[in-house]
This record gives sequence, structure tokens and C-alpha cells, in this order.
Amino acid sequence: MKIILNNKEEILNTNLEKLTIAQLLELKKFSFPRLIVRVNDRLIKKEEYDKTYFVDGDKVDVIHMISGG
Amino acid sequence: MKFEKIKSILSTKNVGIAGCGGLGSNCAVALARVGIGKLVLADFDIIEESNLNRQYFFYDQIGKPKVFSLKENILRINPSIKIEEYNIKLSEKEIVDLYKNCDVIVEAFDKAEMKEMIVETVQTFFPEKYLVCGVGLAGWGGNDLIRTERFGNLFIVGDQLNETNEDDPPLAPRVGIVANMMANVVLEILLGKDK
Repeated sequence: MKIILNNKEEILNTNLEKLTIAQLLELKKFSFPRLIVRVNDRLIKKEEYDKTYFVDGDKVDVIHMISGG
Repeated sequence: MKFEKIKSILSTKNVGIAGCGGLGSNCAVALARVGIGKLVLADFDIIEESNLNRQYFFYDQIGKPKVFSLKENILRINPSIKIEEYNIKLSEKEIVDLYKNCDVIVEAFDKAEMKEMIVETVQTFFPEKYLVCGVGLAGWGGNDLIRTERFGNLFIVGDQLNETNEDDPPLAPRVGIVANMMANVVLEILLGKDK
């Protein structure tokens, strides 16, 4: 599956036709506790990670929020 | 564009500053110098001596609430700016109430969970609003790692890498760079890219 992940083209190593955000985080080893996730410019809340799907061609953002200010 | 024209456009704009520490105080001062019409400041903290390594405060302001001292410092630079200041800890409800009329919101919190909270709040309640966040500024050096990344109307400024901790503290140069880059993004949003 090919998506736009954080503004870059990304080929995901999967045979599935759609993936959930939870599956993406697992696949990419994004385990950071503070994340902002957006699919096609729409915020996805944490409780929706395992029921929000994306497909080939979608734009997905996973932004790590880290301390300091 | 001549500075008079820049000032006249900016004088009609309203920018929210969420957090008045290293990022917020320096970003607000930069915006004040170029003549933003109105700033909405919020912070709950008081100034400590350890803040003076990066924050836009002075030694004789130690012990005072940051929002009041920042207002005082900004008005010494540019007395024509309107300032609304709130000495409170921001949560979802206050962010919606205080910043609903802002053209741009600047996220200038310290803690990652607060950064996450404001992004979620703004994107939920005001999905069309511009939000500029500072993410990754600890330590020194690495000028070339500091960048701006755009995600729709969400702008992330910083190295997105270096978290502050006891062994990697925030210091004036890097914090100032990120804060001023955030102010620069605000100008790009408000004035457009075309010079």
C-alpha cells in the first residue's frame, strides 16, 4: 500500500487493502506516548485509532509531540 | 511591501499566545515589534531565576506572574498593541473561549501533553484555524536540523527530535531561533508569501 506519510511517499509492507491507525503505529513502531494523528487533514482521536481505516493514496500525518518550550 | 503597509495589515490582526515561557515570550515580542494589532497571552506560571536563560524577562521581575510581566515588557517596546492577558492554566474550555477570535494561535507550552491537548482542541473545535507549534528545541547547535513542516493549517517548527530534560535543557539561542521562526510563520500566514 502506498500512502503519503508526513508529507512523503511511503510504501507500507502489507497485503491488506485497508489499515487502521493502530495497525500503522504498530507497523511503523511509532510508540511515542504523545501523538497527533490526522488522516486527509482530519484529526483522529486516540479512541478512534483502532476503528479508523485508511487506504492506498490517503494522506496520513503522525506527529510526535515532545516537551520543551 | 513597505514597512508602513506591513504594519497597517498586521495592526488588524489578532494572535493568541498559549504559554508565555521561552517560546511564547520571545515569539510575542517579535510579533509586537512588527506591530501586530492584538495579542492574547495566557500562562499560569511565575518568573523564576532559572527562566532567565531563555525567556524574555528581567532579573527584577523574578517572582511575578509571567503574563503581567510580558505585557509590561511588550508595552515598553510597542505601546500601541492591545493585549489581553490571562493568568490561568489553559484547558480545552479556555482555549476555545479565549482564542476563538484569533487569526492564528501560537502553541508555546512546555509539556508534550499540553501541546497534544491544544492541537486536539483547536483541530476539533476550529479545524480551519491556523496553529503554529514549537516541537524540539533542547540543547545547542544543530541549526540545520531546525525546520518548519506544514500539515494543512498546522505548522510544526523545531527539530521534532530533541526533548528537553535535565541533561538537555532549553537555552536562549535555540529557543529563540524556534520562537522567532514561529513568529515568522505567523507573518507568512498573515501577510502571504508574496513580498
